[in-house]
Amino acid sequence: MRFRLTDDQRALRDGTRQLLVRRFGGEALRGAVESPGRLDRALWRALGEAGFFALRLPEAEGGVGLGLPEAVLVFEEAGRVLLPGPLAATHLAAGVVPGAATGEAVVSAVDGGLVEWLAQADVVRGDAAGAVPMRSLDPLTPLHRVPGGAAADPAPVAVLLTAAEQLGTAARVCELAAQHARAREQFGRPVGAFQAVAHLCAGMLVRSETARAAVYAAAVTGDPVDIAAARLLADEAAVRGARDCLQVHGGMGFTWESEVHLHLKRAWVRTQRAGGVTQSEEALAAALTAGTA
Amino acid sequence: MDLSDTPEEEEFRARLREWLAKTLPGLPPKPSPDDWPGRRAYDLGWQRRLYDAGYADVHWDASPATRLIFLEETEKAGAPYVGANFVGLLHAGPTIAAEGTEEQRERWLPPILRGEEVWCQGFSEPDAGSDLAALRTRAWRDGDDYVVTGSKIWTSHAEVADWCELLVRTDPEAPRHRGITWLAMPMDAPGITVRPLRTLAGSAEFAEVFLDEVRVPAVNRVGDENDGWRVTLVTLSFERGTAFAGEVVACRRVLGELAVEARENGRWDDPALRRRLGRLNAEFRALWRLTQWNVSAAQASGSVPGAAGSVFKLRYSHARQELYDAAAEVLGADCLDLDRPWTLDRLSSLSYTIAAGTSQIQHSIIAERILGLPKGR
Repeated sequence: MRFRLTDDQRALRDGTRQLLVRRFGGEALRGAVESPGRLDRALWRALGEAGFFALRLPEAEGGVGLGLPEAVLVFEEAGRVLLPGPLAATHLAAGVVPGAATGEAVVSAVDGGLVEWLAQADVVRGDAAGAVPMRSLDPLTPLHRVPGGAAADPAPVAVLLTAAEQLGTAARVCELAAQHARAREQFGRPVGAFQAVAHLCAGMLVRSETARAAVYAAAVTGDPVDIAAARLLADEAAVRGARDCLQVHGGMGFTWESEVHLHLKRAWVRTQRAGGVTQSEEALAAALTAGTA
Repeated sequence: MDLSDTPEEEEFRARLREWLAKTLPGLPPKPSPDDWPGRRAYDLGWQRRLYDAGYADVHWDASPATRLIFLEETEKAGAPYVGANFVGLLHAGPTIAAEGTEEQRERWLPPILRGEEVWCQGFSEPDAGSDLAALRTRAWRDGDDYVVTGSKIWTSHAEVADWCELLVRTDPEAPRHRGITWLAMPMDAPGITVRPLRTLAGSAEFAEVFLDEVRVPAVNRVGDENDGWRVTLVTLSFERGTAFAGEVVACRRVLGELAVEARENGRWDDPALRRRLGRLNAEFRALWRLTQWNVSAAQASGSVPGAAGSVFKLRYSHARQELYDAAAEVLGADCLDLDRPWTLDRLSSLSYTIAAGTSQIQHSIIAERILGLPKGR
C-alpha cells in the first residue's frame, strides 16, 4: 500500500493549478460574475488543449490515457477556483460527442430535473424538451428546470467528479478562513487567537482532510459504494466549510464583494447533482445489509 | 496512489490470517470486564502467543503499513485487543526503544514482548488533565534515587501493573515544559497507594495513584533530567495516529450488526434510520481511508503521524459516539438495558472525546500546528 500522490500526480496537480491561476484568477472570476451566463470559449479550448476533458480517453483515441485518480486531482483544482461550466458533463462526453475531448464543444447533460449551462451548450445529452430557465442562485451556474426529469441512477464517475469539485471548495474555503483569521485584528489581536474562531477553522480542516482521504480512495478503487461515501463526506466538507468560512469573515463575509458566497452557492448547486445526498445514503445503507460494507 | 498490498504485505497478511484461524479457536474464554487479575492473565497470555508466533513486536519494528495489516486482520478475526498491554506495547515500550540506554532496553523490552510485565501510565494528575505540562508531582534527587511525592489519576491497569511510566517535575523553577523528567517506577515500591475509580459505566476501569516519598532509582530515568516532555511527545503523537486503527475496523463490524438487528426488529423500514446508518458507513469507511493515508505519509517520511493524528483522533472519537447513539435508536427501549453490550459500549464511548487530549485540545493543536493560527487562550 502506498496511498499517497506519485510524483507524476503531484506534477499534474501543480500544473493544473498554475494553468487555472493564469487563466482563471481572481480578476477573471470577478469578470465572470459581472457577465453572468457567458462561458469563456477560449478558456474552454485551453482546458481541452491541457487534456482536461480527454484525460481518461485512451491514447489510441487521442486522449491522455490517465485514470480516475488523475481526473479527481484536476477536478479538485477546478473546484478550488470555482471554474464555471459543465465540466463533468463535457469530460464524460469525451470520445462520445465530437469536439468534447478537445474543448471545441461545450457539452451539458440533463441531471435529475436540472440542466446547467443549457443556453451555452453545443450539445445537451438527455431530453431537455420544455426546459424553463430559473433565476439561478449561483451567479456562475445558469440553470434550467426540465419538466418530469426524474433522477435516473447517476453514473458513479459523475458522482465522483462532483465530489472532487466539492473537495476543492472545502480545501479552498479552509485556506481562506485561516488566512483571514491570521490577518484580521479585533480587540487588539488576530481573530484566529480566539478559540471560538480557531476551532471553527480546525473543524473545516478535519472535514476537508477526511473527505480528501475518502475521495482519493474512491478514485483508486472505483467502487460505487466508496464513491457514495466520498460524495457524502465531500458535500458535507464543502457546504459546512463554506458556511463556516463566511462566519469567520464576519460582516465582510456577507457582502457580494467577498468571494465566500460564491463558494457556498456553488457547493449548494453541486449537492443537487448526480442523485444527491439521499441516494448516496441509501446506497451505503444497502451495502450494510448486502455484506459488502 | 495505490491501496493494494505489496508482495511482502500480501505474504504477511496471508500468513497472519492462517495463524489466526488456527490459534483463535483454542483461546480461553474472556474474563469479565471487572476481573482485573483475570484480564491481566488473559492479555499477557495472548501477548505470549503473539511472541511465540513472531508477531510480538509488530507495533515497534514493522513498517507502519504492516502494523495496519496486523490491526485490520486481528480485529476482523475477532482476536483479543492489546488490553492490559496497551501502555507497555504502545507507549512505554516505544519510548524506551527510542530514548532508552542499551541496559534499559535489555531490562524492560523483552518482558513486554514476552507478555511478562504490565505497564501503566502516570501522566495525568487531578489538577492537570489535558494540560499535561501543569503536572505537580515532585521528584528530587537523594543519592542514587529520586524521591517522588504527589498523585496521579485516570491510571488504567494500575492495580495489576508492574511498572509505571511516570512524569515528574524535577525543576519547579524552569518553564513548565522544561522541568519534567520521565521515570520507570516499580509499582511494588513502598509509598505507593492505588485507589480504584469507578467509571460512569460502573466498572473500575482506572485508578488514582498516591505517591508518598517513593524512591525510584536514578538509573530508571529515560532520557535526560528535565527533558521528559520531549521524550513524551514521541509517544503521544502515536496515540493520536494509528493506535485506534483496529477500533475503526471493529466499528465497521458493529455497523453491520446494527443493520442486521434493524432488519430483524423492523426499524430498517424507517428511511431516516436507514440513511443515518448509511451516513455512518460513509464515516467509518472514510476514517479507515484516513488511517491508510496517514500511515502512508508516515511511512514516506519515516516519522509518526504528528498533528495529522489529531485530525483522525478528533473525528474518530465523535464518530464512535454517534455510532452507539445510532445503536440506541436501533434498539429502542432496549438501549436502557445494561445487559445489552451496545449499552455498555455507548457509555464507555463517552470517554473517547476526553482521553488522550480532549476534542478541544485537538482543535487547538490543529489550528496552531496545521493552520498556523496564533496561539490562543
